[in-house]
Amino acid sequence: MHGLAAHWSGPDMSFNIVDFLFSLVQLTTFDYLRAVWEGDMSPGLIEAILDVIAILTVSTFLLLIVLFLIWLERKVIARIQDRIGPNRVGGRFGLLQTVADVLKLLTKETLTPAGADTIAYNLAPLLTVMTALLMWAVIPFAPNVIGVDLNVGLFYVLAVSSASVVTLLLAGWGSNNKYALLGAFRSVAQLVSYEVPMVLSLIIPILLARSMYMQELVLAQTVPFLIVAPLSAIIFFISALAETGRTPFDLLEAESEIVAGFHVEYGGMKFGMFFLAEFVSTLFMSGLFATIYLGGWRLFGLERLETFGPLLGLIVFFIKMFAVYFVFIWVRGTLPRVRIDQMLDLNWKFLVPLSLILVLVVAVVDKLIPAGAGDYYRAGVHLVSNVAVGFVALELLRRHAARQRAIYEERLVRAHSSAAEPEVMAEAAH
Amino acid sequence: MIQQIIFIVISFLTLLMGWIVVTNRNLFHAALALMGSFLGVAGLYVLLDAGFLAAAQLLVYIGAISILIIFAIMMTRRLMQTSETPFNNQWVLGGITSLVVFAVIAYVVLQVFPWQPGAQPFGAAPEVPGAVLEASVTQLGAALVSVDQYVLPFEVASVLLLAALIGAIVVAWPEKKE
Repeated sequence: MHGLAAHWSGPDMSFNIVDFLFSLVQLTTFDYLRAVWEGDMSPGLIEAILDVIAILTVSTFLLLIVLFLIWLERKVIARIQDRIGPNRVGGRFGLLQTVADVLKLLTKETLTPAGADTIAYNLAPLLTVMTALLMWAVIPFAPNVIGVDLNVGLFYVLAVSSASVVTLLLAGWGSNNKYALLGAFRSVAQLVSYEVPMVLSLIIPILLARSMYMQELVLAQTVPFLIVAPLSAIIFFISALAETGRTPFDLLEAESEIVAGFHVEYGGMKFGMFFLAEFVSTLFMSGLFATIYLGGWRLFGLERLETFGPLLGLIVFFIKMFAVYFVFIWVRGTLPRVRIDQMLDLNWKFLVPLSLILVLVVAVVDKLIPAGAGDYYRAGVHLVSNVAVGFVALELLRRHAARQRAIYEERLVRAHSSAAEPEVMAEAAH
Repeated sequence: MIQQIIFIVISFLTLLMGWIVVTNRNLFHAALALMGSFLGVAGLYVLLDAGFLAAAQLLVYIGAISILIIFAIMMTRRLMQTSETPFNNQWVLGGITSLVVFAVIAYVVLQVFPWQPGAQPFGAAPEVPGAVLEASVTQLGAALVSVDQYVLPFEVASVLLLAALIGAIVVAWPEKKE
């Protein structure tokens, strides 16, 4: 976390509680502590201590906010389904319901199934949570608050999220259960497939911002990329739904239909870890969407205020992130689960070609725009080209669907006219 | 100093994992160790300030190749109950090959950085200006499509990958019924 260091410069600074609280409000605590400790410790040691503090703060916050996320999800889903949801534990709103659930998970016995591969079985839940937390290192929370502003920021996110696939295989294999292994294969197939449109759709913000630094991606959004490249945002959102395994793509878990997939043999807090990682990564996807498509901590220059700018930026970022998270819950409460063939068809026959063409179109259009053009002019041209590509794609999809429907209807008619032949009926029904 | 210690630890872990890969009888554990070894190499890239290479290593080797290997192991019948010993009489040839490869690499490295004992204190890393590091990804991207540099190898690799892709589709294409 860097920036604003000059504010706290000065020799022989001693710790002062008022200044410390002020620095907390300004989100420059680290610069303040650096200035205070400067004479007493070596710079390397100071940076090491500050890094540990930063990592502990962010991870603890994320692990704790999952309690709230689960409560929020249950409450919102309940409202969508015309129920009340949790309402007993912890007052009228059931605020402490998840605390009780977590205590239950923590006090359960941790079993290891007979014949399990203990290394893989016990490593999987730990690695899942680790990879979910690792990705937060590059999320810019505020103008001056980011873990590390890597020169490959967005690429780092993709790399870590692709490495997280390994943990599913560990869990599936380690459990020594054929259903767990099958579930792991299905999960890996889904995650690896949907990584393709996700990577392709994320190329577009990189193209538009000319950078993979997360902070520069935010700074480039004078017009949010949701408006500049709406099609890319939609593709990313759909792939994010699939990557986090949420409805309508939760057929890997499908708790109402099959056993729970790769974590069927896990119980107690070991199962809780998978649950935890799922919520942390869903929140991460919301944060990433807010950063890349909604302008992150930006809100009409509000974040440039002298004293409270960074804090306002932080609040703006959180509001945007939770708005996206709400849409995730909303989708879950509204859409039915898709079939496996529909899921794969949507990916390979629609999203992948569409995002490939979109990358080409955006790259060419961006080159055609004269160099001196203003941000709004550029945004308008990109918006028009995006919408045009989207309409063409939908029209092609509609024609394909109409053709398919005609084929099926013809079969049905044939089946009715010759009802004596059972094979034709069976074929038509299929 | 700290960098040097981290380097030694990471190198040791990478080599240890590599040793486990070739000696472990359990193929699944060997594949996991291979992943650990890849991760160690990614760590070495990070120490060299080659962030792009580190991320690419993670994405390609751990996220794709290792998963492919694990899939292959899991889908091959009776591969787990292998009774062969991990060592056979080809170890002499293997040893000679690895020595030759090591000699070639050492020769190339020594051409660029001549051996000067005591020229640099233990743990000292050469200073690289921040501007160079920040522009490295841009330069890499430009070099890959620049006519003067690597556009030909890049295109050849792309065509090769495309051919493999089309080949996979042809192999998986369902045969037409009579």
